[in-house]
Amino acid sequence: MSEIAISVNNLSKKYGDITAINNLSFEINKGELFGFIGPDGAGKTTLFRILCTLLLPDTGSASLCSFDAVKDYKKIRNIIGYMPGKFSLYQDLSVEENLSFFATIFGTTLEENYDLIRDIYIQIEPFKTRQAGKLSGGMKQKLALCCAMIHKPEVLVLDEPTTGVDAVSRKEFWEMLRKLKESGITIIVSTPYMDEASLCDRVALIQGGNIMSTDTPENIISQFDTALYAVKTHSMYQMMLDLKDWNQTETAYLFGQYMHLTIKDKDNNTIEAYLKSKSHKDIEIKQITPNIEDAFMRLMSK
Amino acid sequence: MIQKKDIPVIAKASPMERFGEANVVITVKNLVKKFGDFVANDDLSFEVYKGEIFGFLGANGAGKTTAIRILCGLSKPTSGELTIAGFDGYIDTEKIKKSIGYMSQKFSLYEDLTVVENIRFYGGIYGISGKEIRIRTEKLIEKLNLESVKDKLIKGLPLGWRQKLAFSVAILHEPKIVFLDEPTGGVDPITRRQFWDMIYEAANRGITVFVTTHYMDEAEYCNRVSIMVDGKIAALDTPDGLMKTFGANNMEGVFLKLARGK
Repeated sequence: MSEIAISVNNLSKKYGDITAINNLSFEINKGELFGFIGPDGAGKTTLFRILCTLLLPDTGSASLCSFDAVKDYKKIRNIIGYMPGKFSLYQDLSVEENLSFFATIFGTTLEENYDLIRDIYIQIEPFKTRQAGKLSGGMKQKLALCCAMIHKPEVLVLDEPTTGVDAVSRKEFWEMLRKLKESGITIIVSTPYMDEASLCDRVALIQGGNIMSTDTPENIISQFDTALYAVKTHSMYQMMLDLKDWNQTETAYLFGQYMHLTIKDKDNNTIEAYLKSKSHKDIEIKQITPNIEDAFMRLMSK
Repeated sequence: MIQKKDIPVIAKASPMERFGEANVVITVKNLVKKFGDFVANDDLSFEVYKGEIFGFLGANGAGKTTAIRILCGLSKPTSGELTIAGFDGYIDTEKIKKSIGYMSQKFSLYEDLTVVENIRFYGGIYGISGKEIRIRTEKLIEKLNLESVKDKLIKGLPLGWRQKLAFSVAILHEPKIVFLDEPTGGVDPITRRQFWDMIYEAANRGITVFVTTHYMDEAEYCNRVSIMVDGKIAALDTPDGLMKTFGANNMEGVFLKLARGK
């Protein structure tokens, strides 16, 4: 049995009348790369702030490496690295100054844990005398990650590190995380990008303060409980209108150049017949394996 | 939500065939924008047509925001030709502002105003008469199902509702072009698709939609997509055309090849 790094039991937090997180329970193993996947307002940041001892829960409990998130907050702060969603380094300090500042606060030096951050740091080292505020988005992100790891934390907490970042930089960032994971560090990361789920060992799909499902990406997909079809015709817009209008349609969502369709009738021949009756040409219908986004939407509409 | 009457079938034809030369709403020729020695936009040339959904992609720092600010009449180019909705991009910037709508993830509605107040405010700014504002407000509230929250402050509404309302408000004055700067960032996947339903509907009514996004599946919903790399337009075609040219199965593949190749 694997060692537990994070344990959360019946955790809830409200802001006035608004429930930010509702009775969450889960466990994360040591060395796991665990993703919280959900849109803005799902409760991801609230949860992370509680785990980082920056916010008190209303009810329930959370522990990191067996330390309680309320009682043992000082100990937790020494063993976690936290990268908040908003860039929070000192903009008017240089790259180098930010790093040595965070190292000093945690009673260490850049040299002592250099091995851990080397791969990332060498990418920003050419700019080490530049002010942090003047770095590009991708470089800021790399510096923030270095600063969060400078004290060799046991748990790394990354709140939406890839939001607003272009597809290339997002890919590079995830490659960095996969490498970091090899050093045995536990990583929890939140993201609104559904496609990033497949890069995690396990994920929790979170929406409106509730966890809808916690599992490996493969298992979440295998629990999709109906046949899913990708459909394309000569006219995307017309198809969209016709499928939404059809009494056999259960769900019909745009996905790139296709619509992903689930139907009430189990006979898929009716799809083609219906589209033909609506004068569609170049009809293409294939049954497909759902992706995480399909699974997320299925769970959302339940 | 979408009315079925009078919807022309959008065929997969070249933009010129589909939209016609007479229907050009944005003309950009050899546009350059410099900040000191730094060339933010380097010789951009393209046309966008009436009713087209035009995707404007690029890595962070590629020069998209600079170009959008120029197209909206908020900044003047260093050189090059520019016509937006029939107006000159150097002289008629005030007229351009009246002919366009704008919405972004960061700035859309006033959080401390209610739903109805926001609609009235934007309607007033764009010079719609009081009577007409009342009519359009009522229609909009009904269409978006906002009856129960119409007198609530924007800051209390879920992000998805806000973004749908923000888009509707941005086209309340029936502009020729609407600019959408990452309109769906952080929005849940179902609402994101409802948002695109609204984009299709607006485009079908003849409003040109100029949109940036980091979601590569959304790039595939556009009629044409341009990809900026280091201040230049590195590619411009239909999603199908781009995928063929770059030998990729989806737009993400195209984007990675282009933006990483530098």
